[in-house]
Formats: sequence, structure tokens, C-alpha cells
Amino acid sequence: MNVLRWCKIVFGAAAVFFLLAPLVAILPLAFTDSVFLNYPVPGYSTRWFEELLTAEVWRRSIVNSLIIGCGTTVLATVLGTVGALGLRGTRLSPVFAFIKTIFLLPMVVPAVVLGVGMQLMFARYGLANSYLGVIIAHTVVGVPFVVVNVLTVLQGSDRRLEQAAASLGAAPHVVFRKITLPLALPGIVSGAVFAFATSLDEVVLTLFVAGPNQRTLARQMFSTIRENISPAIAAAAFVFIVGTMLIAIVFKLSMKAAQRRQEQA
Amino acid sequence: MNRGRFRTQVTSLALVAPLLLFLIVFFALPLFTMMKSAVSDPIAANVLPATASALSGWDRESPPSAALQAAFVTDLKQIEDDQLFGDLVRRLNSAKSGFRTLMPKTRTAAKEAGEPLDLVALDKRWADNGYWQVIGVAASSTITDRNLLAALDLGRDASGEVAALPTGASANRAILLRTFSMALAVTVACVLIGLPFAMIAASVEGWKRQLLLGAVLLPLWTSLLVRTAAWFILLQDNGLINSTLMFLGLTTEPLALIFNRVGVIIAMTHVLLPFMVLPVFSVLAGIPKNLMPAAASLGAHPVQAFLTVLLPLSLRGVISGSLLVFMSALGYYITPALIGGAKDQMISSVIAYYATGAANWGMAGALGLVLLTATLLLYVVYLRLSAERELRP
Repeated sequence: MNVLRWCKIVFGAAAVFFLLAPLVAILPLAFTDSVFLNYPVPGYSTRWFEELLTAEVWRRSIVNSLIIGCGTTVLATVLGTVGALGLRGTRLSPVFAFIKTIFLLPMVVPAVVLGVGMQLMFARYGLANSYLGVIIAHTVVGVPFVVVNVLTVLQGSDRRLEQAAASLGAAPHVVFRKITLPLALPGIVSGAVFAFATSLDEVVLTLFVAGPNQRTLARQMFSTIRENISPAIAAAAFVFIVGTMLIAIVFKLSMKAAQRRQEQA
Repeated sequence: MNRGRFRTQVTSLALVAPLLLFLIVFFALPLFTMMKSAVSDPIAANVLPATASALSGWDRESPPSAALQAAFVTDLKQIEDDQLFGDLVRRLNSAKSGFRTLMPKTRTAAKEAGEPLDLVALDKRWADNGYWQVIGVAASSTITDRNLLAALDLGRDASGEVAALPTGASANRAILLRTFSMALAVTVACVLIGLPFAMIAASVEGWKRQLLLGAVLLPLWTSLLVRTAAWFILLQDNGLINSTLMFLGLTTEPLALIFNRVGVIIAMTHVLLPFMVLPVFSVLAGIPKNLMPAAASLGAHPVQAFLTVLLPLSLRGVISGSLLVFMSALGYYITPALIGGAKDQMISSVIAYYATGAANWGMAGALGLVLLTATLLLYVVYLRLSAERELRP
């Protein structure tokens, strides 16, 4: 039995190492002062972060990522929340079950396939090489996350709250604003975070739809790794990893605050 | 249906309408456009209208009539747009080589000649019925199955029968096979690591379980590009893995880990492992804790208890996870593109090459259709499995 126990510990530790080591290993390289991505790091500096902020291509791509990410978040959150409100209810009729499947399908379809179709279609309707085109493309793949998150929260909430408000004479829009929306809020927030993260990380659709003026940070990282890898990649990765952790922490805290508010109410 | 229910239905429909409309226009329509480009072939029929209408009187076996030849010359005369002409030549040449030189020569002669032009005297290739058959096939219809056939290394021979393309002419079947085998390798690797990992995570509690699950979730939240970049840096010839191995004296020369199959499989396994661990864990977490002690108390050896109790129970999670991993791996583009060499490119890279590199939308669409069909079939199986699970108590 002791052998089994040791096997478990060794295997578990090895697997955790395999999962986390790559993410940890890339962090110190962001602070190298050499032009190579080698260990041991010869000396430490912040020159690659300066490069990220001052070099025109990197600065531009960061700004583009923020513009496109915000646009995607707004569009996906509004469309996804409204769509999820229509899908709530424990038993879905076949029509609505089918619609729900369609809402989630963009998560499944291979990005390259969707990219080819979008490139062909967007060129025809003047959406190619435009911010709007990229935002639309990112929204298509980001919106399922909003739908899933909002739907999960709504399904866990008590519908009788809204019925009670309505029976007490609240008009439908008041019920929506005062009861439904606050109930759905945690799901809306997490959906928005997911939509933003999806947009930030999207490369394939961007390759097909965006022009040189809409180059995003992820797209810029992709071509840098492909053509001429430099420690700027490690610096960008550092920003990504730290950003992910910050968002996760803020997200956890806001969830806790929302829970506390609901318990107090 | 009573009135209140009807009203809820209408409200629900009004609420889902905006997103449904958005996805129809910007999700379904692009996919439809892509599929259409796989089968659409309008160029010859559009540019050679007189030839197309003259084709009806020709049986494809005998030499073409003078009327058909004259119609063809008339069509060639009135092509003004050089780019359109170039598209036509490319289309014809892709079916039978020789058109690339034959067509410009004939077009120049047709523009200069005033009286009816003797095509065979101009170039004896026009006496070869094969060229006319290609024109006949191309001009008679605006849709084609040749891209779809070519996606599977098939084509139509002179008599119109489906036949295998000559070896070396097309490598699509090899690429499909490679895509499947790589996706399978990644899936197997994910099962081998993910199943024991999920079992361990389900068997411990408290901070140990938090640590194990956190180790799965953190990479899942981290950008795919960052993880791929990390593996790129680790796997390099002078990367951390190779320098550690050399420092330990395990190898004197750096192992080739990047730009080959090994690197791609390692990186893709890392990226897709969470999709295996999470479904298996959720199944295992639902299994009553006293099941294994019960088996032991009835006299089962731990190995026997594992094989007859725990493994069959976790199988459902393993199947869900495997489908998810396999399905995602099939369509992978970024990781093979950055970490793989030329011989490790999967079908997505080939589609991207046809679309952005070669501007061959027909082939991009046809291969895209193959990938889309395979993915959706797997997804339907996955949905069936998870629906069954929901129905169970």
C-alpha cells in the first residue's frame, strides 16, 4: 500500500510540474538583458518591457487589442445576456434546445474553417481589414461564453422572486431592472471577462480577417515567434500571465462581494 | 396552449432573436460561403457563354463540330479583362496541363484573325479531344465536385469516372491521415496522464485537491499563445530542457525537440490536458467514497477493485474527455504552426495555406468541409453522451 502512496505522490508532483513549469520558466526571461532567450539569464533589466511600450509595432498592437477587446466585450455581453434571458427556464422545448445548441456551436467549429468563410464573406461586404470586422469575428467566438455563464447563474436563481415582484404590481421593466438584472449580474460579469479574454487571445480569425492596421497583440506575438523570436515575447507573456492572475483575483473578490450582498439582502 | 404560456414563448423568442440573427449572418453564412466556394466553379461558364450553349450538340466523344470551335473563338475574342482570362487559364490548366501555353497563343491568334480560325492548324493540340473535354466539363456547369474529390486525392478521368489521382500529384489523404494520427497520439497521451491525475485528485481532499485542480485550471486560463511561446522557448536546441539534460550529462548533443513531431505532441498535450482531467474528475467526484472500501471488504484485491469498480465508472468521463481532446486537436493550427516542422503540419495549416498563400478558395473550402464534418460528427456523439448522463439520476 505504501508503494501505491508513493506512486501517487510522485506521479501527482510530476504532472503538476509538467503543467506549471512552462508557465513559470518563461517569467524570468522577460527580465533578461540579452537578446537571447537562454538560461542562465546573463543579467536582469527591463529593456524588453520598454521595447513593448516604445516600439511602434508592439505599442500599436497593444492599443488595437484593447480597442478590439472592449468592442468585443460590449457586443458579446449585450447579445449573449439578452439571448440567455430568452433561453432560461428548466425545460426547453425542442426549438429552444436547438437554438441553444446553435448559440454554443462557435466554440466547437475549428477556427481555421470559420476564418476562411469569414475572409470570403467579409471581403464581399466591405468588412475585411476593418476594426468592426475583427470585433464581429471575435464576438462570434466569445458570445458562447457569455451565454453559458449567464444561463448557469439564471438557472440557479429562483424565478418566484420575479413572480412575486410582478404580483406586487411591479411593471415588467421594473422587475427586469430591479430583480432579474441583479440576479444575473455575476454571470454577466464572468461572461464579459471570458469574452474579453477570448478576444485578447484570438489569433486565427484575426489572421484571416484583420488587415495590417488591426494587428492585435496576440497576432503580433504569433508572427514574432514565427519569424524572429526575441525576449519581447517573454515580456508580453509576462504581461499576459500576470494579467490573467489579476483578473482571476479581481473576479473572485467581486464574486464574493456579490454573494455577500445577496446574503444581506 | 394557454395564453400565458404563449406570451412567455413569444417573449423568449424575441429575446433570442438578436443573437440568433447575429450568428446566422456572421457564423452560419461564412460557413455556408466556405462550403459554396468548395463546389462553385462559375468562371468558364461565365467567360465562355457561346461555347457553353454550343456544347449541347456535342457528344464529347467525336471531334468538336466547326460550330463549337467557332463559338469558342468568338468567346476568346471578346474577353477584354486580362485577369479574368488568367483565372480561366488557371482553371483549365488545373484540370489538364498544357492550357497555360495553348490559351494565350489561341487568344492572340483569335484577336488578330478576321476570318474563321483553323484551330488545329494553329496548334495541333486542338486536335486532341482531351482539351475539348476539359473545356466541355468546365463550361457546362457552374458547380463542380473536383475540389471535394481532390480533398481525398480523387479526380475524374477523361471519361468522367471517379479515379485516384496519380501518386505524388496530391498529398491530401496523407495529411488527413497525419492529422488523425497526431490527434490520436495527443488523445492517448492525455488519457495516460489525465486519468491517473484525475483519480489522484479525486482521492485526496483539502489543499492537495485544490493544488492539483489549480494546476489544471491555471494553464487553462492562460493564453494559448503564451503556453505555446513557453514551449517554444523550453524546447529550443539551447532551451532549458536541453541545457538541463546536457548539464546532467544525460546527453552530449542537444536533442531535437522543436520543429518535429515530438515537440508538437508535447505542447498540444499540455494545452489539451485540462479537457481530459476535468470531465474525468467530475465523474469520479460523483462516485460514493465508500465504494472502494466496500470492494475491499468483500475480499477484492486493490488491483482487482480498481479494474472492476473504479475504471469502468470513470470510463464515461474518459470517453467525454477523449472526444473533447480529439475534436479540438483535429482543428489545431497555432501550436503545429509554431512548434512543428514542415512535416508536422495538420489539415488546418493546409487550409490556411490554400486560403492565404495560394488563393485557392475551392481547395480551402473543400478541405474545410472535411474538417468541419469530422468535428461536428464528433460533437454530436459528445452531446449524445452528455445528454444521457444528464438523464440519469
